[in-house]
Amino acid sequence: MSAKTLYDKLWDAHLVREEEDGTALIYIDRQLLHEVTSPQAFEGLRLAGRKPWRIDTNLATPDHNVPTTDLTGGVASIKDPVSRIQVETLGMNAREFGITEFAMGDIRQGIVHVVGPEEGATLPGMTVVCGDSHTATHGALGALAHGIGTSEVEHVLATQCLIQKKMKNMLIRVEGQLQKGVTPKDVVLAIIGEIGTAGGNGHAIEFGGQVFRDMSIEGRLTVCNMAIEAGARVGLVAVDEKTVEYVQDRPYAPKGDDWDMAVTAWMDLKSDDGAFFDTVVEVDGSTIEPQVTWGTSPEMVVDVNGCVPDPAKEADSVKAEGIQRALDYMGLKANTPMTEIPAEYVFIGSCTNSRIEDFRAAAQVLKGRKISSSVELALAVPGSGLVKQQAEKEGLDKIFIEAGFEWRNPGCSMCLAMNADKLPAGKHCASTSNRNFEGRQGAGGRTHLVSPEMAAAAAVAGHFVDVRDYL
Amino acid sequence: MDKIIKMTALVAPMDRANVDTDAIIPKQFLKSIKRTGFGPNLFDEWRYEDVGQPDSDNSSRPLRKEFVLNQSRYQGAKILLARENFGCGSSREHAPWALKDYGFDVVIAPSFADIFFNNCFKNGIMPLVLDESIVDQLFQEVFAQEGYSLTVDLEKQEMVKPNGDVIPFEMDAFRRHCLLNGLDDIGLTLAHQNEIKAYEAKRKQEAPWLFASLEHN
Ligand code: SF4
Repeated sequence: MSAKTLYDKLWDAHLVREEEDGTALIYIDRQLLHEVTSPQAFEGLRLAGRKPWRIDTNLATPDHNVPTTDLTGGVASIKDPVSRIQVETLGMNAREFGITEFAMGDIRQGIVHVVGPEEGATLPGMTVVCGDSHTATHGALGALAHGIGTSEVEHVLATQCLIQKKMKNMLIRVEGQLQKGVTPKDVVLAIIGEIGTAGGNGHAIEFGGQVFRDMSIEGRLTVCNMAIEAGARVGLVAVDEKTVEYVQDRPYAPKGDDWDMAVTAWMDLKSDDGAFFDTVVEVDGSTIEPQVTWGTSPEMVVDVNGCVPDPAKEADSVKAEGIQRALDYMGLKANTPMTEIPAEYVFIGSCTNSRIEDFRAAAQVLKGRKISSSVELALAVPGSGLVKQQAEKEGLDKIFIEAGFEWRNPGCSMCLAMNADKLPAGKHCASTSNRNFEGRQGAGGRTHLVSPEMAAAAAVAGHFVDVRDYL
Repeated sequence: MDKIIKMTALVAPMDRANVDTDAIIPKQFLKSIKRTGFGPNLFDEWRYEDVGQPDSDNSSRPLRKEFVLNQSRYQGAKILLARENFGCGSSREHAPWALKDYGFDVVIAPSFADIFFNNCFKNGIMPLVLDESIVDQLFQEVFAQEGYSLTVDLEKQEMVKPNGDVIPFEMDAFRRHCLLNGLDDIGLTLAHQNEIKAYEAKRKQEAPWLFASLEHN
């Protein structure tokens, strides 16, 4: 048998049929649903008189529209009627079709990509889909996870299969040891800076090498989350002891004999020696510095001690124009040191960085410190009710609150301008989310993507700083 | 999706070229969480005197009496007769959703915009391309004769006029197959349901934990 990559193995294990032109049906083990991309899919089923193929493998939770302030009113506490209807509709569909839902008020509710792994609902070796582009997150557990569109959500509900052509294999190998203060977020931002936002187009990316082997599962989730920002629909990390340890005893993890059988199978979820990758990218982990984005695309990123680029120094006129447009939007001047950019808003949250480890790391920076008086709003938004509970058990909430942060309820929050948490026009925000597109956090808002530690340090300083001075 | 094999239905004439998707369903209706319910807002700007909103009560809105779909003789039409480049503009799938929800199963025109044409098939609408001269002739007959109906026979690929005249039409074999069998992507996949079930049976042996229910937890 020829050597296979991890992606090859996952693909082969889920292939139901393949046409001559390569169009295939792959079997989907788990679908996660949220309120924004599912209503028309359910409507489609109803209209066609179709039943879901395997109802008990779907898991729903509202996240995008959920307010992060007072939730005592339940769904009624959502002021925007369009948002409220979407959340209500998810609940109605879940009840009508018999889908398990972690509704608002359930301690397990949260951002789908935080909830899935946390509950053991996404497991190594599974195929996972969700009507959301950041579904690649779940690949951190050695699962084949695809973000899909609404018509595909309906297709998976009705058939348990996804129509898909096989992608190419890409290996991003990061060897060496990370410097102190350099986090998984910095690693993935540095990778995107290196290969660009289209670098992974048409590929399934496997993240390999010492850096990822040393990384916690939370860290790997952060990295795979942003595979889509490198253009890849799928991000993967091989299964190892850490994966197994992370999954063990989660509510939906296999138990008893099933567990033993599963673990045996999972240990093979890695690329074979000599497996072929269409593209290989090598990065020296020891040279990665804390990263900050300066522009309106995740690839517009520099070391924190670097400067805003100068379009005049860019030979390619299209690129130079792109830089200039980004600078205009961001209200930045070429060659400004990154550490001179103010952080008027700070957001620690989103499916990229809202797990317990992220809050622990940020709290370490904030402990005994206060945020700068120039910071207008600093938000800490746990990714799920359970993350929030755990953080509070560890007393982290107090550290955030004492430092001047607002400690909120779980949801997508200021990652995107769909709920009440919005970044005002013209304001710079140190954000741990994944997209710095124009208007992403609010119309006219200026996003700078950073790690939780860097966001905390920026909050204290009132501008971007090298977090290593705060450790 | 419903199968479309053979149907006889009343024809409504939409006598304008380049009808775009924003005219078919204006953008304020795209916020909906549904793909049904767009029918009352089909051609909203042409149909009503006022500007419709998603939460408007359409039954109490003032109608533009002269608009074709407001005329009593065209009530219940399932075939829309249109002019060239029908469905141009934005790619919104809401346009075929609105036509279907209103009750149209067939749109006849000398030409269609590409994306709209494709979207029709995904939503069980048959877009028929006929020669300009034939379409012209049909418009004249529809205006002249109240209750004008056509029989559309997809199997034979022909249309029959009230006087018995037959008009043949062309359709891509694969698309015809899908419409005849009521197949969309889901329908096509379900045609392989035995393979899906066989896969599940085999997989259950290898990896039973993947089939544990999420319920009751
Ligand atoms: S946190 Fe942001 S990126 Fe993640 S699912 Fe929510 S909106 Fe999407």
